[in-house]
Amino acid sequence: MKTLGRLLPTPTLSLVLLVVWLLLVRSIAPGQLILGAFLAVGIPLLTKGFWEPLPQVKHPLKLTWFVLKVLGDIFTANLQVSLLILSPKREPHPGFVEYPLQVKDPLTITMLANTITMTPGTVSTNIRLDRSSLLIHVLDMKDEQTLVREIHERYELPLKEIFEC
Amino acid sequence: MTFTLLAEGVVAFLLVAGGMFAFTGSLGMLQFKDFFMRLHGPTKGTTLGIGCMLMASMLYFTVTQREFHVQELLITFFLFLTAPVTGHMLAKTGLHMHLRFITGTRGSLPELRDEDVGQSRVARPAKARHPWRTRRRSRQKPRLPR
Repeated sequence: MKTLGRLLPTPTLSLVLLVVWLLLVRSIAPGQLILGAFLAVGIPLLTKGFWEPLPQVKHPLKLTWFVLKVLGDIFTANLQVSLLILSPKREPHPGFVEYPLQVKDPLTITMLANTITMTPGTVSTNIRLDRSSLLIHVLDMKDEQTLVREIHERYELPLKEIFEC
Repeated sequence: MTFTLLAEGVVAFLLVAGGMFAFTGSLGMLQFKDFFMRLHGPTKGTTLGIGCMLMASMLYFTVTQREFHVQELLITFFLFLTAPVTGHMLAKTGLHMHLRFITGTRGSLPELRDEDVGQSRVARPAKARHPWRTRRRSRQKPRLPR
């Protein structure tokens, strides 16, 4: 078990690498499987020195659910932004919001910032160097408090559960 | 026969929808008034546009060549990885250059520390010329900085 842990320090990354390789070559021939497995083991070992220690995915199922939810949100986000663009009468009220971060891990913050950028009317613009808060630009802002609470409940709490608890 | 027809319809719909999304995303660049608002169009509108077109591609080739084509998923995957990062970098550059935003931007911009925006103002690049409305100006050689 210990040697396995040493060979595969990041099982999720290895799995992703294998799948990406198989998709790239478009075959599941045994030769490609072996080559893919070799890459999936080799690349994380070679690049291990560059990574900060990555958090473990504690709940893979919740991660899948989170990804699906974000995909749905991306769809609605697109519809909203398109409607806003196509209706010249409606003046959007843009604004900046400072969002206090509770998660502290770099990868989790990255995922949160990316999700914020992909979803309804918000783009993450800046992060404080001490990782205490995230500056968000909102396309059409109604209320600052509701927005912060919504992001917190919808994205930050699930991410926190997946990676940290 | 009917199955192919159905698939064709779905492919056509996806293509048109994808084109519409990509188009509105780009139209946002024209419609919005300041830099930060213009960011919203490309980071969102285009991702779904490309997503629709890739789905159409997957469906079309799966049906016509009778084997699974899923490598388009990779493009979606990489796009979802890179689009937000690009958006973030652009926004951060905007902050560094102290770009103006339209009046009426709500929520006072929290005071930016030096570590956030850099200590001195970043110089803006020279203004690009308008593609057709070019006024003849006196043809001086651009002055080189010392």
